[in-house]
Amino acid sequence: MDLRFTEDELAFRDEVRTFFREALPASIRENIVAGRHTTKEELVTWTRILHDKGWAVPHWPVEHGGTGWSPIKQYIYLEEMSQTPAPAPLAFGVNMVGPVIYTFGNEAQKSRFLPRIATLEDWWCQGFSEPGSGSDLASLKTRAVRDGDEYVVNGQKTWTTLAQYADWIFCLVRTDPDARKQSGISFLLIDMKTPGITVRPIQTIDGGHEVNEVFFDDVRVPVENLVGEENKGWNYAKFLLGNERVNIARVGVSKERIRRIKELAAHQRVGGERMIDQPEFREKVAAVEVRLKALEMTQLRVLAGEAKREKGTQDPASSILKIKGSEIQQATTELLMDVVGPYAMPYIPEDDIDGRNEPSIGPDWASTIAPAYFNTRKVSIYGGSNEIQKNIIAKAILGL
Amino acid sequence: MDFDLSEEQGMLKDSVERLLKDQYGFEARGKYRAGETGFSEKMWNQYAELGLLALPFAEEDGGIGGGATETMIVMEAFGKALILEPYFASVILAGGVLRHAGNAGQKSALIPGIADGSLRMALACAEPQGRYDLFDVETSAKKDGDGWVIDGKKALVLHGDSAGKLIVSARTSGGSRDEDGISLFLVDGNAEGVLRHGYPTQDGLRAAEITLQSVKVGAEALIGSEGGAWPVISRVADEAVAALCAEAVGCFEKMHELTLEYLKTRSQFGTTIGSFQALQHRAVDMFVELEQSRSMTMYASMLATGDDPVERARAVSAAKVQIGESAKIIGREAIQLHGGVGMTMEYAIGHYFKRTTMIDILFGDANHHLKRLAQMDGLIREDA
Repeated sequence: MDLRFTEDELAFRDEVRTFFREALPASIRENIVAGRHTTKEELVTWTRILHDKGWAVPHWPVEHGGTGWSPIKQYIYLEEMSQTPAPAPLAFGVNMVGPVIYTFGNEAQKSRFLPRIATLEDWWCQGFSEPGSGSDLASLKTRAVRDGDEYVVNGQKTWTTLAQYADWIFCLVRTDPDARKQSGISFLLIDMKTPGITVRPIQTIDGGHEVNEVFFDDVRVPVENLVGEENKGWNYAKFLLGNERVNIARVGVSKERIRRIKELAAHQRVGGERMIDQPEFREKVAAVEVRLKALEMTQLRVLAGEAKREKGTQDPASSILKIKGSEIQQATTELLMDVVGPYAMPYIPEDDIDGRNEPSIGPDWASTIAPAYFNTRKVSIYGGSNEIQKNIIAKAILGL
Repeated sequence: MDFDLSEEQGMLKDSVERLLKDQYGFEARGKYRAGETGFSEKMWNQYAELGLLALPFAEEDGGIGGGATETMIVMEAFGKALILEPYFASVILAGGVLRHAGNAGQKSALIPGIADGSLRMALACAEPQGRYDLFDVETSAKKDGDGWVIDGKKALVLHGDSAGKLIVSARTSGGSRDEDGISLFLVDGNAEGVLRHGYPTQDGLRAAEITLQSVKVGAEALIGSEGGAWPVISRVADEAVAALCAEAVGCFEKMHELTLEYLKTRSQFGTTIGSFQALQHRAVDMFVELEQSRSMTMYASMLATGDDPVERARAVSAAKVQIGESAKIIGREAIQLHGGVGMTMEYAIGHYFKRTTMIDILFGDANHHLKRLAQMDGLIREDA
C-alpha cells in the first residue's frame, strides 16, 4: 500500500496543471472565480482548446479520441481542471450520451455523433425526468409510437439543464406501454430543431435559468436515432447513471471553493480582527476540510480499485461519493455565506452583472454568493436524490 | 497510488484475524476480562508467537521491521475483536519511545523482552492538570549525583498498574507548559517511591494514576537527550493516534456488522425491522461513516510515519477528528437500532460503543484535534 502519487503521476499532474494555467483564457477563469455561470461561448472555446490538445474526452476509448490514461490520471486531470479553475466539459455529451453511444450505438451513430460531442459542435441535453417521474424515473410517460421509419413522440420532460443551448436531446421514452415499467422504455436521440419541440425556461430560486421544460408534440424522430434495441433503454440509462463516478464527488470544486473561502475571510474584518484569525471560524472550515479529505481518499480508493474490478461491478465505497460530495459542496456554500455577511443581501440579476454600468453594491464579489448558496441545494436532489442513494446502498450493499 | 496490501501484509491480516476469530469471541473476552490481570496471558503469548509484539521494531533491534500499514492491519483486527491486552500501551507507546529515542543499550535491554512477551511496559506522559497537552509537565527530575530524582503525578497511564517498566516524562528545566525542558526516564514499575493506583476504565481496559515520590534513577535511565523529549513524545503520540484510528475502524466495522445482523433478524409488526426505510437510512449513515473513517485512517497511517512534523500532525489530527465524529454517529445509531438490548452489558454492541468513545478521548478528542488542525491552517492551503 502506498497512497502517494507515483513519480509518473506527479509529473503528469504538473503537466496538466501547467497546460490548464497557460491555455485557459483569463476572462473565463475570472468569471468562475467570481461565481458567475460559464457562458455557452466560453465553454465551446475551452472545449476546442482541450480538443486541439487531444484532451477533450480523455476517458473515452482511444479509437474515439480517448487518451488511455489510468483512472487515477483521469482523476488528476479533472482535479486540476476544477482547481485552475476551468469550466468542466459538458457532462451531458462527454460523460453521459457519449459513452452510451460508443457502448451501445451502431457504427453510423458512432461516426455521426461522437466527433461532434468531443468538439462541442453538438450541445446535448438530457431528457430523463418528467413532471410525474422524478425519483421514480421508470414511471415515465413520454410516448414514442412507431410509424413507418419514424417514431412519433408525445410528452413532456423537465429539469432539462441548458436545453436552451442544446442541439440534441437524449430521451427515455415509453415504446411499450403494456410491459412492466422498466421493460417498455427506449433510448432515443432527438434533434432539438425538429418541429413540435418547445423549450420553456424554469427560473430557479437563485434567479438563474439553468433548467427547462421540454414539450414534445407529435415530434417525428427517424428510427435510425434509436440507440441499441427497442425497449432496452432502461439498461442504457442505468449504465449512464452508473458511469458518472469519476467526478461525481466534485472534490476539486470543493477544494477550490475552500481556498476561495480562506482568501475572502482573510480580507473580511469582524470585531476588529480578520475573520480568518477567529478560532471558531477556522475550526468550522477545518471541519469541512476533514470531511473533504476523507472523501478524496474514498474517491481514490474507488478509482484505484476500478481497474481490478469486474466490469459492471461497483466498489461499495463508490455510493458514498454522491452523498458526501453533495453535502460538502453545500457546506462550502454555507461557509461562503458566513464570510460575506450582510452584503449577501442585495440581489443583482446575473444578466446585469456583465453589462451593468452601475457601481456594485457592497464588495464586488459579494453578489453571487447567496445565489450560489441557494443554487447548491440542487446537488443533493439531482442525479438521484441522496435519499434514493441511501435506498440503493441499503438494498445493493447492506442487503436490507 | 496503490491501496492494495502486499502478499506478506495479506498473510499478516489473515493470521491475526484467524487467531482472534478462533479464540477471541465475545464470551471468551468476558472470561479474559474477569481474570486477575484483566486480560489474557495466553493470548499475549500467542501474539508473541505470531510476531505481533515484535512487529514495529527494526530487525537489528530484534523486531520484524513492520511499518505503518502492518500496524494498521493489526490494530484494525484488534478493534474488531475488542481485545483487552496491553498491546497499544506496551508495543505502540512505550515501544515507540524506544524506537525513536532509545540508545543501543536501552534497545537491546528492553526490546527483546517486549517482543517475546516477557516484558510489558507503559508510557506515563500525561498529567492530571494537562488534559490533552502532553507538554504540560509538572513532574520534576532533579540531578542527583550521576542520576536523577523524580517527583510528581502521572495520569491515566494505560496498563500502568501491571507494567514491569514505565517510561515517565519529567521536567528537567523550564516552566510547566514549555515544550523545551522535558525528558524521558526509564523507571522500574516496582521502584521505591512509585505508587500505582490501578483501576478499570469504562471500556474494560486498565489504567493507573501514578505518584512518584523521590524516585531515584541512574544516569542510564535517561531516554534520548536531556530536555529534548518533546519531539519524541509528539511523534509517538501522532503514531499512536494513527494506530487508534485503525483500532476504531475495526470496532466500527464490527458495530456495523452486528447492527445489520440485528436489523435482518429482529421482527416487529410482522416483518424484519430492516425493511423500514427510516432504519435503512440510519444503517447507511453508519456505513458512510465507516468508509470515510477507513479512508482517513489510511491517510493518517501513511503520513504518521513521515519526518515532517507539521505535515504529520495535520494528517493525524484530521483523522482523529473524523474518527471522533464517526464514533459518535456510529455509536449512537448502533445502540438506537438495537433498541433495548443495545443497552445491556450482556450484548456486545454496547462494549464496542464504550471502546470507541474512549478512543475518541485517548490522545486528544475531536475538539482538541480540530483546534490543532485549525491552528495549523487546515489541510487546504495555497501551497497544498
